[in-house]
Amino acid sequence: MIELTVAATARAIATGQHSAAEVVDAHLARIAKCDPAVGAYLAIDEAGARAAAEIIDRMRDARAPLPKLAGVPISLKDVIVTKGLATTAGSKMLAGWIPPYDATVVEKLRAAGAIVLGKVNCDEFAMGSSTERSAFRPTKNPWDPTRVPGGSSGGSSAAVAARLGAASLGTDTGGSIRQPAAFCGVVGLKPTYGRVSRYGVVAFASSLDQVGPLARTVEDAALIFEAIAGFDPRDATSLDEKVPPCPFGDVKGLRVGLPHEYFDGAGNVDPEVRAGVDRAIAALRDRGAEIVDITLPHTHLALAAYYIVAPAEASSNLARYDGIRFGHREPANDLLELYRKSRGAGFGPEVKRRIMLGTYALRSGYYDAYYKKAQQVRTLIKRDFDKAFHFCDVVLTPTTPTAAYRFGAKASPLDMYLGDVFTLSCNLAGLPGISVPCGLTSERLPIGAQLLGKPLDEPTLLRAAAAIEEVCPIGSPP
Amino acid sequence: MTRAELEQLALLARLHLEPAELDQIASELGIVLAHFSELAAVDTTDVPAMTHAVPLDLRLRPDVALPSLSVDDALRAAPARAGDEFVVPAIIPGND
Repeated sequence: MIELTVAATARAIATGQHSAAEVVDAHLARIAKCDPAVGAYLAIDEAGARAAAEIIDRMRDARAPLPKLAGVPISLKDVIVTKGLATTAGSKMLAGWIPPYDATVVEKLRAAGAIVLGKVNCDEFAMGSSTERSAFRPTKNPWDPTRVPGGSSGGSSAAVAARLGAASLGTDTGGSIRQPAAFCGVVGLKPTYGRVSRYGVVAFASSLDQVGPLARTVEDAALIFEAIAGFDPRDATSLDEKVPPCPFGDVKGLRVGLPHEYFDGAGNVDPEVRAGVDRAIAALRDRGAEIVDITLPHTHLALAAYYIVAPAEASSNLARYDGIRFGHREPANDLLELYRKSRGAGFGPEVKRRIMLGTYALRSGYYDAYYKKAQQVRTLIKRDFDKAFHFCDVVLTPTTPTAAYRFGAKASPLDMYLGDVFTLSCNLAGLPGISVPCGLTSERLPIGAQLLGKPLDEPTLLRAAAAIEEVCPIGSPP
Repeated sequence: MTRAELEQLALLARLHLEPAELDQIASELGIVLAHFSELAAVDTTDVPAMTHAVPLDLRLRPDVALPSLSVDDALRAAPARAGDEFVVPAIIPGND
């Protein structure tokens, strides 16, 4: 049962092949047996999962119509708020916090019949690319436990790859769904900005954050996406646009753009990653897609723009953690001391670094030189894509310059940031993006191909990704 | 960045940082900001700043009361509470 995809699980339960209780029990047993070695879960909701399964099984026994994801066991990145279930954002600041409400995406998944198994690890407040910045522990890559699973949604990618749930929700601010998906050999979809509600999602950088699925197949990612997408009046940036169904079909005539900046530029793509992406290109070409060369000339500025905009927004968003209403509090004699001591003790080094960087960029006299400048460069990057999409329907790139690296390999912050070079532009421009496995290295590490699409055109992305998936199966972790 | 500037920045950010943390952040911020200095050379004359990826109009919800958190739910995670209120240290020093 643990090998069943989202689609197959829903079918098996709807047809009576398995009960939801059996599916949940199988996954909880798998988590108990295997997660100590992986370290994906921060909280497991056994009672809640069993209770939800019982409701699904009763509905089925009563021949009531079952919702689309009835009985599908999933995990949630621990920045997604869950009523009655601890949500830490991977931070000591929120250790022990039990939220009083569900995020909109959780409400939607529960309404679709999905069963929440628990909360999975991430870099603290989603700031990181390896889960090494989690305040609790790093998560291990199921393909090689000496290597990182990526991040910040590394608990999600590891859980899906290790069969500790059929799918997971992550968040993506600069690549935090796509990069871990690539490192763990699963599919990760970052929807168009505004497509999925951010209500109840611990905010990192509000103009960039987006929730999306990690799953083992493109079809599964589409099913979860359809369940969570749509307008939410509780999120002021939620788009009031219809979510089209994501039918799969051939890619004949689809124009696939290859930006030379991603292949010949400063990314230093590992030759084995390049070979994997070449297989993805060949897969699309063989199925009738037209491969075109394009240019995204401001790509080299994305890293700098992102690491100004995101920390600036983070420094503002994280001001709410002041030790007053919830979260960690240190003893203090006055209010200012309480703020400073509580935040100093509650936040980890990467979060403090980014708050300091963001405060620097936003302070009086520096705003125009850093924050405003970065936002203007963001416009240039968006314009690059607008022009490119006159010549192509999707853009294809490597998701990451290398496959998963070993723990401790990116010790300096700048080294870690440089690993995000291929995923940042998508968030700055607000586009949808997906990472799909396209092969293994000689060390049997997954390689991801990234597809970027026009705003709101997730169906085309999913169609192209399915074509790559079809010819690049990578199997399961050992 | 001087030590005094860094300490001022930590005060603005409402962060207590130990001396060792200040040293480390000073070095790391220096490297990161130097790497990002390429932005300064980009000609952005007449380029508007992009605050969001989607147009943000001033959206209003219907003026209808909806269910909300109870006072107990809102206060349940409070580090210190007295009745229906959060407890904080003296805002004006010496005025406990």
